[in-house]
Amino acid sequence: MKRNFSSFWFEIREGIGMSFSAIRANKMRSSLTTLGIVIGIVSVTLMGTAIEGLDRAFNENITKLGADNLYVQKFAWFDNDNWWKFRNRKDIKMEQFFVVQREITSATLVTPVVGTVKTVQHKSKDLPGVFTVGTSDQFFPLNNMNVEYGRVFTEAEAFGGRPVVVLGSAVAENVFPNESPVGKNVRVGTHTYRCIGVLEKQGSFLGLFSLDNRVFVPINSFFTRFGSEWGIQIHVKAGDSKNMDETKEELRGILRKVRRVPPGIEDDFAINQQDLFIQTFNAIGLVIAGIGLFITALSLFVGAIGIMNIMFVTVKERTKEIGIRKAIGARRKTILLQFLIESSSLSLFGGILGIIISYPLSLLINQFIPTSMPIAIIVVAILISLIVGVVSGLLPAIRASKLDPVEALRYE
Amino acid sequence: MPNVINIQHISKSYEMGDQTVHALEDVSLRIDRGEYLAIMGPSGSGKSTLMNMLGCLDTPTSGLYQFNDANVSSMTDDDLARIRNKEIGFVFQTFNLLARSNTLHNVELPLIYAGIRKEERYRRALEALTHVGLEQRIHHKPNELSGGQRQRVAIARALVTKPSIILADEPTGNLDTKTGDEIMQLFGELHKEGHTIILVTHEEYIAEHAHRIIRLRDGRVEKDEVVIKQVKK
Ligand SMILES: Nc1ncnc2c1ncn2[C@@H]1O[C@H](COP(=O)(O)OP(=O)(O)OP(=O)(O)O)[C@@H](O)[C@H]1O
Ligand SMILES: [Mg+2]
Repeated sequence: MKRNFSSFWFEIREGIGMSFSAIRANKMRSSLTTLGIVIGIVSVTLMGTAIEGLDRAFNENITKLGADNLYVQKFAWFDNDNWWKFRNRKDIKMEQFFVVQREITSATLVTPVVGTVKTVQHKSKDLPGVFTVGTSDQFFPLNNMNVEYGRVFTEAEAFGGRPVVVLGSAVAENVFPNESPVGKNVRVGTHTYRCIGVLEKQGSFLGLFSLDNRVFVPINSFFTRFGSEWGIQIHVKAGDSKNMDETKEELRGILRKVRRVPPGIEDDFAINQQDLFIQTFNAIGLVIAGIGLFITALSLFVGAIGIMNIMFVTVKERTKEIGIRKAIGARRKTILLQFLIESSSLSLFGGILGIIISYPLSLLINQFIPTSMPIAIIVVAILISLIVGVVSGLLPAIRASKLDPVEALRYE
Repeated sequence: MPNVINIQHISKSYEMGDQTVHALEDVSLRIDRGEYLAIMGPSGSGKSTLMNMLGCLDTPTSGLYQFNDANVSSMTDDDLARIRNKEIGFVFQTFNLLARSNTLHNVELPLIYAGIRKEERYRRALEALTHVGLEQRIHHKPNELSGGQRQRVAIARALVTKPSIILADEPTGNLDTKTGDEIMQLFGELHKEGHTIILVTHEEYIAEHAHRIIRLRDGRVEKDEVVIKQVKK
């Protein structure tokens, strides 16, 4: 038994040694043979890297949405098919917000939100295309936004309509490059506002638009200055993500009542939540994984066929060697093992080549979405190439192990 | 003395299309430990076939083969491999070394298959190589050695497991006369040390080294004679 085990171990080492020298002796052929494996491993590692990046981006951004926030809007997120239907719905009005605010019991924060794009200007500096949000004081805690300087507006200011403004950090930097904006007057569109605070930097949402290129004004001043015909959104914080469904149902009930939706007719509003983002992200991830796995499987299959083919050639070429080994005492499983090790080494060689090629490519992906090659995918890639090696080497190795020693020795 | 080899009424035939080639027919033979035996005969008489049979590389179509009292005819492939590994040392006409491996590794290989530890392997391989006078060539590849040297490596490989018999199929066939003589000298020494040697050859002067000559013709034993060695120095 002990003898058996040690000879098994020596045979493995012998096999590894021999396959290295075989690969070294046929560098070009080995590299070409493993091309399929190389491509397969490159695609699986890049897929892993891309999904990793997507995950990271997602986790960073989803916290900006808040897991327990509900967004009452005319439009449902990620539903492009029903655009016209959504477009033709009645606007959500302030009266409806007040009813919600008064009646809802299972929410901690409720705020109206309306927005447009204006030019912000101070002295000679003007910054076009600033997203101007009219909202209430509760908007800031609802979105976990804090001030860097100054303060945000109060409830009284929000609904009283005083002309005060809170600047996003990018707006503050651009319009007040060398001075503190707090206490200064700025023009938002054609109207003068006094700046009372600057928000901390928020970053961008999914890299799509900057959250700092915004200014926030009391909702009532928004209506008085920029027109009162605007429809609003209502943002609601459930306060506890476990109560989300309850809060959502309560909110829905209140809205249906206040918007006079008859029983049996579908809602004429949408209550959006983070879940929709998660679903969309998962769907994108699934598509990437699907394409990645398809390319991977295809190239690994081609690679496996290539290795099997070259192993048949190798067995043929080395018939004499097999005969010699058998003559001096190699058993069937010794020969089997040797050729399995050889095919696995070949495949592993391709796998490692693939990982080496993927690395700079993963840095390239990193230019678009922040990511890095996950360690787990490297381990998986190595395992995959080993398995492919064993599977594709099986038939040639069995053929080698079954060779008749006398005929093998006579082979020239 | 016990028989190392005892074959009784052995036949080997090959089916070639609709005709049967009888490579060996009803061959019986006993070989004792310590014998030095030559097998002779014209080309196609079945010498190599008999050799392969004795070396457990091939199994007879019919007949009994006992090796050290074990019945070879009923053995599995793995049993045969174990016997070849431990009990038999082969020397071939074309040397049959592994081309990509150096001398040392070629000689160590049977010990690897026997599951022997690295240090012990090295010690025994070096001992065998010293025996054939090649301890200075252990890192050479076969193509960096002369024909005679290659055959010495092959002999070292055959010796290294301390086998019961050494089988040599025309070991001098690919060598010039002088080198061939040196190799035959070596076999002579090995025999004096107590090895059992079975040699296939075409040449009478080679066969003269042996103490017993078996002549085959058409797959049958034509003559089995003990040669009285004239003492010459
Ligand atoms: N695999 C085989 N298939 C068919 N016939 C075979 C096979 N092996 C050997 N033979 C036949 O068996 C006979 C004996 O062959 P063997 O190789 O033993 O001869 P030999 O005495 O070694 O000849 P040589 O001196 O030329 O080496 C020959 O007629 C040969 O054709
Ligand atoms: Mg022959």
